Amino acid sequence: MTTNAWLPLLVLASSLIPGLIIFTLPEKAVAWRITLNLGGALLKILLLVLMMIGVFHGVNYEFRVPLVPGIDFVLHADALSLLFVNLSAVLWLATTVYAIGYLEDSPNRSRFFGYFSLCVTTTVGLAMAGNLLTFLVFYEALTLSTYPLVVHRGTEVARKAGRTYLAYTLLGGVLLLAGTIWLHALTGTLEFVDRGFVRGLDLDPATLRMVFTLLILGVGVKAALVPLHAWLPQAMVAPAPVSALLHAVAVVKAGAFGVVRIIYDVFGIEFAAELGVTLPLAVLAAVTIIYGSVRALFQEDLKRRLAFSTVSQVSYITLGVAIAGPIATIGGLAHLVHQGFMKITLFFCAGNYAETLGVHKVSELRGIGRRMPWTTAAFTVAAFGMIGVPPVVGFVSKWYLGLGALEVGQDWVVYVLAGSSLLNAAYFLPLVRAAWFEPPPDEWPHERNFGRKETAWMLLLPPLFTALAALAWGLFASMPGTPLDWVQFIAARKYGS
Amino acid sequence: MSTWLAALPWMVLAIAIPLLGALAAFVQPRRAQVIGLSFSFLTAGAAVGVVLDFITLGPQQHAVGGWGAPLGIDLVADGLSILMLGMSAVVGVAVSIYARAYFVPYPDKAPRFWPLWLFLWAALNALFQSADVFNLYVTLELMGLSAVALVALTGSGPALWGAMRYLLVSLLGSLAYLVGVALLYHAYGTVDLTLLAERADGGLQLAVPLGAMIAGLLLKTGLFPFHVWLPPAHGSARAPVSALLSGLVVKASFYLVLRLWFTFVPEGEGLPLLLGCLGAAAIFWGSIQALRQKRLKLLVAYSTVAQLGYLFIAFPLAGLEPQMAWSGSIYLALSHAFAKGAMFLAAGAIMTQGGHDEIDELDLVVDRMPLTLAAFALAGISLAGLPPSGGFVGKWLLLESAMAQGKGIWAAIIIVGGLLTATYVFRVLGFAFTRSEHHHERHEVPAAMEWTALLLALGAVLLGFVAPWALPLLDGVLP
Repeated sequence: MTTNAWLPLLVLASSLIPGLIIFTLPEKAVAWRITLNLGGALLKILLLVLMMIGVFHGVNYEFRVPLVPGIDFVLHADALSLLFVNLSAVLWLATTVYAIGYLEDSPNRSRFFGYFSLCVTTTVGLAMAGNLLTFLVFYEALTLSTYPLVVHRGTEVARKAGRTYLAYTLLGGVLLLAGTIWLHALTGTLEFVDRGFVRGLDLDPATLRMVFTLLILGVGVKAALVPLHAWLPQAMVAPAPVSALLHAVAVVKAGAFGVVRIIYDVFGIEFAAELGVTLPLAVLAAVTIIYGSVRALFQEDLKRRLAFSTVSQVSYITLGVAIAGPIATIGGLAHLVHQGFMKITLFFCAGNYAETLGVHKVSELRGIGRRMPWTTAAFTVAAFGMIGVPPVVGFVSKWYLGLGALEVGQDWVVYVLAGSSLLNAAYFLPLVRAAWFEPPPDEWPHERNFGRKETAWMLLLPPLFTALAALAWGLFASMPGTPLDWVQFIAARKYGS
Repeated sequence: MSTWLAALPWMVLAIAIPLLGALAAFVQPRRAQVIGLSFSFLTAGAAVGVVLDFITLGPQQHAVGGWGAPLGIDLVADGLSILMLGMSAVVGVAVSIYARAYFVPYPDKAPRFWPLWLFLWAALNALFQSADVFNLYVTLELMGLSAVALVALTGSGPALWGAMRYLLVSLLGSLAYLVGVALLYHAYGTVDLTLLAERADGGLQLAVPLGAMIAGLLLKTGLFPFHVWLPPAHGSARAPVSALLSGLVVKASFYLVLRLWFTFVPEGEGLPLLLGCLGAAAIFWGSIQALRQKRLKLLVAYSTVAQLGYLFIAFPLAGLEPQMAWSGSIYLALSHAFAKGAMFLAAGAIMTQGGHDEIDELDLVVDRMPLTLAAFALAGISLAGLPPSGGFVGKWLLLESAMAQGKGIWAAIIIVGGLLTATYVFRVLGFAFTRSEHHHERHEVPAAMEWTALLLALGAVLLGFVAPWALPLLDGVLP
């Protein structure tokens, strides 16, 4: 086995350096900015392909330097991190294309794309973090790099939303820090290990439960677990590409990914189950799923409805992990990717409606399918996926979650899944029906003319691509190379079989 | 060439060059700016020379004029000294470049600023290299007087009032210290730190002078509740002066507390606990006051009160694992020098641009001066102890030493203090993104001012990555 230290760094640099250059670009340098953005995004995907081939051939990708006495800064590419890195890289490319189209004439684009790149850099770093301290570094850096995006519009509302966002996320960071430092004092190490490093150290279970609670609450803020979710709907004031990225890749996923890391690579799932901490977490996730769906039902604003839907959907990941069975793990981890593609599609479409026709409210969607058929088609696919209708990928996640719960005798989870699916149907189906089958209004709230096309191609292409991916992975779920296939490989390692 | 350079007495030069520069700037007021800046670079160069000597040859001792202690003056540079020298060099050069641009519109202030600042720098470098308590007193007094004069440079009402209070406190502190020195000399017949460490035998004849000296130094450091002079002085001074006071001057008296502490290693639990509690009180009081401020510079000044509190948290933690707690405290002091220097420079640039420093009237600073705002944000990240930054490393070390001893309460104080810091930093940043209701006339800000603030702030962030190389320098210094 050989070790390659530079590729993980290059993967980070492929978005960090373009981001830093973009900050210095004048507002008018559109071509330069686009080149740097897309070039960086494509380069990152290329590097990741190289890395996946390398991992397949047994290369160990690890970058390590000392950070504080006794603890290193570690970037490490394992199967789990590659799952999240790939998700981020692909969706970053899609979102960059979308954002270029979306922000065409708005001010402060250099600032926007600069922070946008930093945000992806920190997400990728978080995915590749090889120990809890490195994870913490990127977790906080993510908070800091998303804050300017949340307040980007510079309005009073945006400033207040930014304040709420920070209040929650910094509090989460502090809890995570407290848990991390405590754990280090107890164990003397923070390195992520398959099946956990806390296992077998003969520590006081009560203390470990406290540490676990601190860590999970710390990441739970970003994962929007009830009652730590209130920042998410408020952060909706940000421009649509930011919401898309926040909901599908960066922030909430960082939280969910943190839950995964803490349970599998810090405590180890079997040990966590022994401690008796997984069941309360599963219950909390279930409560979040139901609560988010119920709240979504009553939102009149489309983006807010989607936001509460995120609160609900992201907790599927936590639920899958906390059920503590191999099959449920597959469902939860697969949902990390699946939810990303479906939710980003929905946000792209919501952004298209707002940009093209000025439609922001659920009630204004009547007949929009005739005016914008392609966008609405993508929206429909993603909405069906969220409900769990086969053959869209959302079905695959729910299927594995349900099976996994039955496998370990947690039958109540099936009822939660069924109830949540019903609620999902209740808040998505009326929209889809109204969009396709009701007559359009005489006049749209604020229509922009794109000639014969329904909207700008840069706004249309990304949702079509992500919706297609969500459909294809559902159809060909068991083929090699799908997220599901990769996730099965990860689950086998985490359960040591 | 290299041997010739290596043979130079860098330790003396680090003191003589700024002294010479101060004189030159004083007798040539018209060329004060040019002279001042050139001598700043030379001084920093000399400091680098001392640092390199230390790295290649180990701890250095230099008997000035060939007369060693106890008759002559001995200069000593160990790991702690060179960290402080290096810190002064970096902050000093940044402030000098900034000041040259800053004082262009004030031709009457520049000829007064440069001699005082170079004089202050000479005093600082001498203080960091002195090895006997009396020389330390002399350097402390020189530093205090030049610092007070620098505050008075502003010339307006509140600044003069602040300078007056500062002068009284500074003199009182030095006096208490001097009393301690006299008592020590009386009891042990020497003022040399090494000899004192050998002869000191505990008991009242050590406790009384040591208590007087430390009390005087705490007064000069501005530890809660002795901080009342600090915000008016630091908040009303000219921006480069504020950066020097908050970044360097308060660190010098803190450095002296550490020196005394490491030399005499006072026994007992009471005093460390008291210092720790005062530190904790400073963190909370300073942060809450910072949150309440309407003016940016006062916010930054109260933040100094709070951050100085952190430095004293190490005292109650140093019992079992002294190495880690002291390293954390010293590293926080270094990062604070960079970050707070950068923050005051940024605040000065913002004030130059808008003509005011009302926080809720910041008015789109993010668009108008992105570099400055980035400097402020990065400095704030380090102050709040968010990773990656020097502040994070320092706090991490303190936290780790607290948790390793099961003293979770100190860890909680450190963490909550960080949260409060983040709150007041982001309060400023939030208003920088919005448009203000009132119209403010805009002024050009020289690029040199924006860039120096940013680079200094980047230095604070960079400190977060070099700890494994910087901290071993302290081996052998810590008890």
